[in-house]
Amino acid sequence: MSKSNTILYLDGVSVSFDGFRAINSLSLVLDKGEMRAIIGPNGAGKTTMMDIVTGKTRPDEGEVFFDGEIDLTRHDEAEIAMMGIGRKFQKPTVFESHTIEENLMLALKGPRSIFPALFHRRSVAEARQIDDILGIIRLGSRRYDLAANLSHGQKQWLEIGMLLAQDPKLLLVDEPVAGMTDAETEETARLLKDIARDHSVIVVEHDMHFVRELGVKVTCLHEGSVLSEGTLDFVSADERVVEVYLGR
Amino acid sequence: MITGRFFAAGADRRIAITIFILLAVAIVVPVLNLAVAPTSAFYIPSYIVALTGKYLCYALLALALDLVWGYCGILSLGHSAFFALGGYAMGMYLMRQIGSRGVYGNPILPDFMVFLNYKELPWFWTGFDHFWFAAIMVLAVPGLLAFIFGWFAFRSRVTGVYLSIITQAMTYALLLAFFRNDMGFGGNNGLTDFKDILGFNVQADATRSALFAASAVMLAFAVFVTWAIVGSKYGKLLMAVRDAESRTRFLGWRAENVKLFAFTVSAVMAGIAGALYVPQVGIINPGEFEPSNSIEVVIWAAVGGRGTIVGPIIGALLVNAGKSWFTGVLPELWLFALGGLFVAVTLLLPKGIIGMWDSWRGNAKALRAASVAEEAGTKVGVAEATSEPTRSPARNPGEWSWSATKPQAAE
Repeated sequence: MSKSNTILYLDGVSVSFDGFRAINSLSLVLDKGEMRAIIGPNGAGKTTMMDIVTGKTRPDEGEVFFDGEIDLTRHDEAEIAMMGIGRKFQKPTVFESHTIEENLMLALKGPRSIFPALFHRRSVAEARQIDDILGIIRLGSRRYDLAANLSHGQKQWLEIGMLLAQDPKLLLVDEPVAGMTDAETEETARLLKDIARDHSVIVVEHDMHFVRELGVKVTCLHEGSVLSEGTLDFVSADERVVEVYLGR
Repeated sequence: MITGRFFAAGADRRIAITIFILLAVAIVVPVLNLAVAPTSAFYIPSYIVALTGKYLCYALLALALDLVWGYCGILSLGHSAFFALGGYAMGMYLMRQIGSRGVYGNPILPDFMVFLNYKELPWFWTGFDHFWFAAIMVLAVPGLLAFIFGWFAFRSRVTGVYLSIITQAMTYALLLAFFRNDMGFGGNNGLTDFKDILGFNVQADATRSALFAASAVMLAFAVFVTWAIVGSKYGKLLMAVRDAESRTRFLGWRAENVKLFAFTVSAVMAGIAGALYVPQVGIINPGEFEPSNSIEVVIWAAVGGRGTIVGPIIGALLVNAGKSWFTGVLPELWLFALGGLFVAVTLLLPKGIIGMWDSWRGNAKALRAASVAEEAGTKVGVAEATSEPTRSPARNPGEWSWSATKPQAAE
């Protein structure tokens, strides 16, 4: 397999916690500009995979490459984030005691050291970027509200907005529609498809209806490795997939 | 630029009022002590000046703690170590100023060194005969210790209760070290019998008033600096690290550096507080490193309201005034009262006095708004109006808990 032209390249990755193999020689390749949906039952290793890619967990063995050439196992969370990998957590994680605008301000691409932040003054360009993102995530009218006062679905959107503000090359989105109404789910699918036009995206989701809506290639994980890969119809017709989802 | 923001319309009025009061007190109290006849009703006795000057130093220490605890969730149980180190730096200067007026009359060596058969001044005492050198050390020693300690602790991602315990261990280790006679800091007795500061008699009323004024001005300055830090983008980041550290990391911020900066600034502030404290109380000894002192600082901040700038100041002043009164009336019960206060505040006033005041004000405003709206024939939900942001800078400092803040979402 060639690494060039891939945004993410995992080969033979394994990691175990106290003898439990959370990821078991996982290989997964994402092309530049691709959006991929990852499904799998609980404990399949979806979140652990994201932990490995974002530098939170170091794999015991295997290769993890970003953008064809950067070895992600050598970098920590902050470095990986600065290289252009954004991550949305499973549970929406925003800065609750700050306003929507401040949340986005802290996420905006820019210098990440202490003294520039201490003497930072808001520029017109930044205000415009925040305006744009607020428009995309439809929170324009809530700009000065505290993030704590947002609904669950709105927090999910704010977190996606923070990813956009970071302007990453690759977005890892963990369960973006958990706890959303049907209308919000549709809206989120539309939003992610928009984002996928100029970003590479990995979406982890349980909601099959939502995955169908995305209309992208699907990878099914099970016990830490790839069980099946292809279109949603192909994967959901796969007997092994049916088996792990329905139980033996 | 920061000053511009300060005077801009809509600047935090509470901060402005606090700074104004402190500066006014810095002028009025010395005048009432020095220029008013002792028979006058307006006369402020010297012992009150000394006592309140001491409280102002405690308030500065509480503010320093709140910068890391209230705004960043780092519960330091070792802040009195930085306070004491600043105090020792000042004490060393004051010892050198005694000169040959000591009991043994040695022009170079302080009394305790003569007593302990020192032949010459230890190397780390050089320079302390100059005020400017001591002033730099007051800032540098606590700052450097905090920087080194924080560098290791935050890089290793020690958080919550574990961090609190090692800060406690740090101050305890310093306590034991400073108790030793061969450390060269006066051992058990510490440094005392001071005569002059900058050529003025430390016992004189005028000097005491000047030290009081210096404490008030320094506290006002610290309020301003803290306000500027907390209001900057860095300040927002500080609170972001408190509320969701992993989120800041995945946004590319180095949470350990964010904490390290605040911790170091806080330690420097604590050192300044200690340096102002020592000439006013006339002694510094290893007892200042006592772990229980650090815990008391936490109580002051909690009582006043952590995550606010004015709260810790009010807490420090009230609790210490209470302590002075209580230890006079029922000395043996004071520790029970202090412990009870801590429990009561934790259970009943999780956001402290300031938090209670804000929510009381918020409710009053909401009720007024509701009644006005009713008269006008329109309906406004009270709940809607109550959610209006309060003026405390950290609007929602999270649940009060022994371990830092809310549980962090890690996935």
